[in-house]
This record gives sequence, structure tokens and C-alpha cells, in this order.
Amino acid sequence: MPSILEVNQLVKKYGDFTAVNGVTFDIKEGEVFSLLGPNGAGKTTTISMLSTLYSPTSGDATIGGHSITKAPLAVKQVIGVVPQEIALYEDLTARENLIFWGQMYGLSGKPLHSRVDEVLEQIGLTDKAKNRIRTYSGGMKRRVNIGVGLLHKPRLLFMDEPTVGIDPQSRRAILDTVKDLNKQGMTVLYTTHYMEEAQELSDRVGIIDHGELIALGTQKELTQQVGHTDTLILHIGESDDPEALANSLRGVQDVLEANVTDHEVSIITPGAEDILAAVVSKANERGIKIRSIDIREPNLEAVFLHLTGRALRD
Amino acid sequence: MLKLLLIGLKDLRLMFRDRAALTFMLLAPFLLTVGMGFVTGRFSGGSSGLSDIPVIVVNLDNDQLGDVLAEAFSSQELADLMEPTASSDPEAARRLIDEDQAAAAVIIPEGFTRSVIPAAGTAFDPNYVEPEPVQIEVYANPSRPTSAGVVKAIVDEFVSRVEEGRTSGMTSMLALASSGLLDPQDMEGEARQLFENVEQSESTAITLKKSQEGAQAVEFDILAYMAPGMALMFLMYTVSYGGRSILAERSQGTLPRLLVSPTSASQVLGGKVLGIFFMGVAQIGILILASSVFFGLEWGDTPGLLLLILAAVFGATGWGMLITALSRTPGQVGSIGSAMMLIFGILGGSFINLDQMPAAIRTFSKITPNAWGLDGFTTLALGGTLPSLVEPIGALLIMGAVLFGIAVLLFNRQGMMQN
Repeated sequence: MPSILEVNQLVKKYGDFTAVNGVTFDIKEGEVFSLLGPNGAGKTTTISMLSTLYSPTSGDATIGGHSITKAPLAVKQVIGVVPQEIALYEDLTARENLIFWGQMYGLSGKPLHSRVDEVLEQIGLTDKAKNRIRTYSGGMKRRVNIGVGLLHKPRLLFMDEPTVGIDPQSRRAILDTVKDLNKQGMTVLYTTHYMEEAQELSDRVGIIDHGELIALGTQKELTQQVGHTDTLILHIGESDDPEALANSLRGVQDVLEANVTDHEVSIITPGAEDILAAVVSKANERGIKIRSIDIREPNLEAVFLHLTGRALRD
Repeated sequence: MLKLLLIGLKDLRLMFRDRAALTFMLLAPFLLTVGMGFVTGRFSGGSSGLSDIPVIVVNLDNDQLGDVLAEAFSSQELADLMEPTASSDPEAARRLIDEDQAAAAVIIPEGFTRSVIPAAGTAFDPNYVEPEPVQIEVYANPSRPTSAGVVKAIVDEFVSRVEEGRTSGMTSMLALASSGLLDPQDMEGEARQLFENVEQSESTAITLKKSQEGAQAVEFDILAYMAPGMALMFLMYTVSYGGRSILAERSQGTLPRLLVSPTSASQVLGGKVLGIFFMGVAQIGILILASSVFFGLEWGDTPGLLLLILAAVFGATGWGMLITALSRTPGQVGSIGSAMMLIFGILGGSFINLDQMPAAIRTFSKITPNAWGLDGFTTLALGGTLPSLVEPIGALLIMGAVLFGIAVLLFNRQGMMQN
């Protein structure tokens, strides 16, 4: 598969602060590629540069063969953007919004109106098309927000955290929409800090933290980086000292790593069940009360934890 | 160009869906105009709101017609409106106007009457050479355009009726002579009698303010000042509302979304400016229509009115763009815009006639679109046409262009429209 997007050493600095630092990756035609990282990792800044909203400090990227720095207008014809925030006119109806944005992408006349009808059906809002956006629920607004990005049938769709702040039902609908779009052949660059979404949707994942791409590959390739390990999460009482427990566990056999986040201790181990007894014993010795234990098999969260020592939600 | 228009029309549509904004843009100026109309007695048949206009009359003619005009300014009918001072020195009169001592000087030149009514025994002399037309000069005080406009309207009315009377009189004499009803020997005598009795006649064409028709022609309707005054003041609210929408689009994410569509930053900015312009034109247009329908207000020459509206909105749009460029948040634009609306309203004469303000304020008022706009609307109300609006329209266009240029520079410096 040829690459529709090639990013080469992209950098964005604001004064002394480096928001994106030398990011390099590519996306193949027809792929769903996720940029996974916590808030403030540089996902939105990366998408903003790729969508030509911000100029990179250095580096470049080509989309559909067009440079984002040298041919931004050509790039804009290839891409669709679904921003993180609801970028709609609240006092216009869904149909009026879609018509306006379609016109901004050069659509007009009958093709515009029939495309608007198609998109309304696709996002399941045909019967509410004449209602003003102001009257919509958060989930419905999100769906229109996505619909705007689809109007001109872009080859590459950027979706920047499209499920933030919505109910589970709407989230499900959006994830299904992304899958449908991909089945229809659309390439998607999806940013999220939800590991489950990246796992469910993506052919490949780039993990980004502090502006740097720290891992890149298929989910299988990424989890192999961690090795065949389990993650054991110990939830302890608020008055207990998680650092003390982590220190005592670091000497236990088969405990590869013990990290602290809030009132949790995360343990990386080749076999969670084998060390359970020792972990409980160490906690008892220190008088620390374990409230619950989660055992997680290798996933992107574990990869992130492995690479950064922090959980994704930190 | 099409995208500019689409963005502008979208903003206009959004304005018409914002009830709070519509209240401020349309209802508030309308109600304030009505209120001011009641206060000034416009709806109870009271005064026009303009009174005791200081005018200097220099009658160098000292003949029948010059005397009629000079006396007209002192007549009972104009007693409340005019405060005339007689002078015999044109230069002194002009100097007084330059020193802002009066609204205008009316200089009736020597030989004015003779240029209209030939001397006895000369009119039908085959060797008679008609004298060069002698014109009455109205030396107007530019800082008191409304009052000077009223004086000019009275003189114009007088002159037009003199011309009308002369033409119709001569036509009648010739018609009577050709039909044999009047002996050509008696024509001159009859004609002279017709003109020389002008000041005693109630029906003759050149009587001023004596016939009802003449009175209406020079009467200045206070609403013709108040209605545009309020409309122009609230126009400043409208342009700040439009400017606020630029920053609001940025904060609600639609501006970045526009900038990642195949639409250039200049198209987006141009569209937003066009939107503000559309809003202003719609606001003024609706207010003018409403005042015409509800108050029967005459706004004057249509081409002049249309161009003046466009120029006034353009000038005000420049201010709207500037305060937007100087603000960081929509709230700041709103605050500065509201303050500017009031300050410009006071400075620009929306509440108090600028002629009644100190000279310094009248000079300072020239930075406001209100002052220039009111100057133009008053000129129109007093019978002016497009050529007489060149100065206010020109000033408003220059104001808008300069302010818009500064705003664009500031936007660029802030990188606001970067894409």
C-alpha cells in the first residue's frame, strides 16, 4: 500500500517550549492510524500542523504527495478534519451547518444538497436536520461535527479525540462510524488518550508523549516490545504509602517493575498469578491494606506504562 | 469572492437569529428615537428642536428682493428658529463665521434685485442687455452643518421661488401679449408690479414662510436628526457585535475549521468584514424603513441616501475591525464596543446637536462616523442631493479604509489568521 501521509521530523516550538519534537511516521492508504497519548502529549498540535492550521517550526509532511508547507491549499483538498471541540454554528440547524461547510469545500447546487442528505443519513440525524445545533445533545453535536468532516469525501480524515465528553452510546456510534468509513476505503488518522479506542480501531498505533513519538507499530508489535508480561494493579488505601510498598516489591522474584501512580502500584511481571501471594504478604508486612487487585494482560496501556513509567491518564 | 459572500451571509443569518442582539440593534434605537421624539415635542406638534440659529445677514442689495430676504430672517414665522444679526460688511461677517460666532452669513450682493427685475424702461428695450446673474452667498460654518444647512435651505427656497416667479411671470406676460389681452406697451409695467408687490402678497411665489407650502419646505423635522443619530449610535454596537463574532469564532473553533478548509485566511477575514458590513446595512436600512413607515419621515434623495448608508457603515466597520484587532476576547470587544457606542454617540451628536457643542468637541467629533453620518443625513433632510454629500461620504470611506488597514496589520502581527 502506498503512503498517503508521510511525516518527516516535524517540530513545533512555542518559545522555549517544544510541543512536538521530531515526529516521523507514515500512514498507508486505507489504514486507521491512531496517535495515542495523554493530554498535552502533542497530538492536537501534530494534527494542527498536518491540517495546515499551524506552520511547523521545522520538518515537513506530504499528504497525497503535497507538502503541508509548500502546497497547503492542495493538502486541504485531500483532508477532512474533525476537531476536538464542537466547531459548529449553534444557531444554525444541522442542515444549514452542513450546507455552509460544504460550500466552504467548494460544493454547490444539487450535488451539495444530495451530499448533505447522505451525510445526515450516515450520522443518523435526518429527522433532526431542521433543528438548531443549540438544541442537540452533546453526542448529536459530535455526530454533526464528524459529518462536516465527511462532506467532501476526503481521502484522509483527521479525527482529533472525537469521543471526548460524550455518553457511552454516542461513543459507540462514533467508533462504529469510523469503522464504516474505513470499510468504505477512507484513511483515518485518529488521536485519542483512550487505549481501548486505539486498540479497537487501529491497524497501527503511534504512541506520543511529551511531543515525541516513543513507539510505533501494530498492536502486536507494540505489545511485543513489553514482552510477554502481565500488569498487576494494586489499589491501596488513601492513608497508606504506595511508594513504600513499591520499594518492598522491587526485590520480589519475578517483579520486573513496580511503579506508583496516585494510590496505585503497578507491577510488571511475567506471571501475575505466580507473585500474588508474595505481593499480599509484602503488603501485610508493611500494614498496607490492599483494597482491590486488577490483572491486565499486555495491551497498549502496558506499553505506555512500560515506556514512560506512567499510566495514560496521568 | 463567492466564499466571502457566503461567509458574510452566514453571519447576517446568525445575527437575525440572535434575539438579544436584534433588541439592541433594532428595537433600542427605534424606541429611543420615539422617546426623543416625545421629549422634543415632535409627536405633540412642538418645536423642531433647532432654535435661535445665529445668522448674519449682509444686505448690500438694499432693493426690493434683498429687503424681502433680509426681512424674512427677522419675520415672526422664523422668530424661534433664527437669531439674525444685520451687517453691512461681508468680510467682517465671514470673519465672524470663521471665528464660530454664527452658523452662517447670508450675503445679498449689490444689484441682486436688478439682476432679476430690470430697471424701469429697460426690460423691453431692444438694446437691453440682461445683466450677469448675481448670486446670494451663504457663507456656512462647517462646524455647524445642521444649522448652516437650515439657513441654506431657507435661501435656496427663496432663490428658487424668485426664479419660479420670474419665469412664470414672464411666460404669463408673453402669453397675454400674444393673445392680444395685454398691450405690449403695458407689459413692463405689469411685470414690475408683479415683482414689486411680492412682500405684501400671500400667494406670490417668492414669499417665504408665508405660504404653507414654503413653510414645509424649510421646516426641519427633529426626527430627521434623531432617527439617524440613534441609528448611527447603535451601528457602533452592531459593528462591535460583528467584530466580536470574529473572536467568538476563534474561541468556539469554527475559525480554525474555516482555516483548514480550502479557504484562505484573507477570504475568511474578508467574509467576516463583509458580514459586519451586511449587518450594519441591514440595521440602518430597517431603521430607515421603520421610521419612514411609522413616522412618515422623509430621508431625502434616494441615491444620496443609499451611498451615505454604505459609506457610514463602511466607516463604522473600520472601527469595529480596529477594536476587534485590539481585543483578546469576545468579551473585551463587547465592553470596548459598548463604551465606544456611548462615547461616539455623545461626541458624534447622536444626543445633542453638535452645533450646540464647543468648537473643540466639534473638531474632535470628526473621528466618529456618527458626526460625518449625521452631517450627511441632515444635508439630505434639508434637501441636499448626492453632490452635496461628497465631503461626508469621502470622509467616511477614508476613515473605514484607514482603520481597516490598521486592523489588518494588527491581525497579521498577532498571527490571528495564520494558516
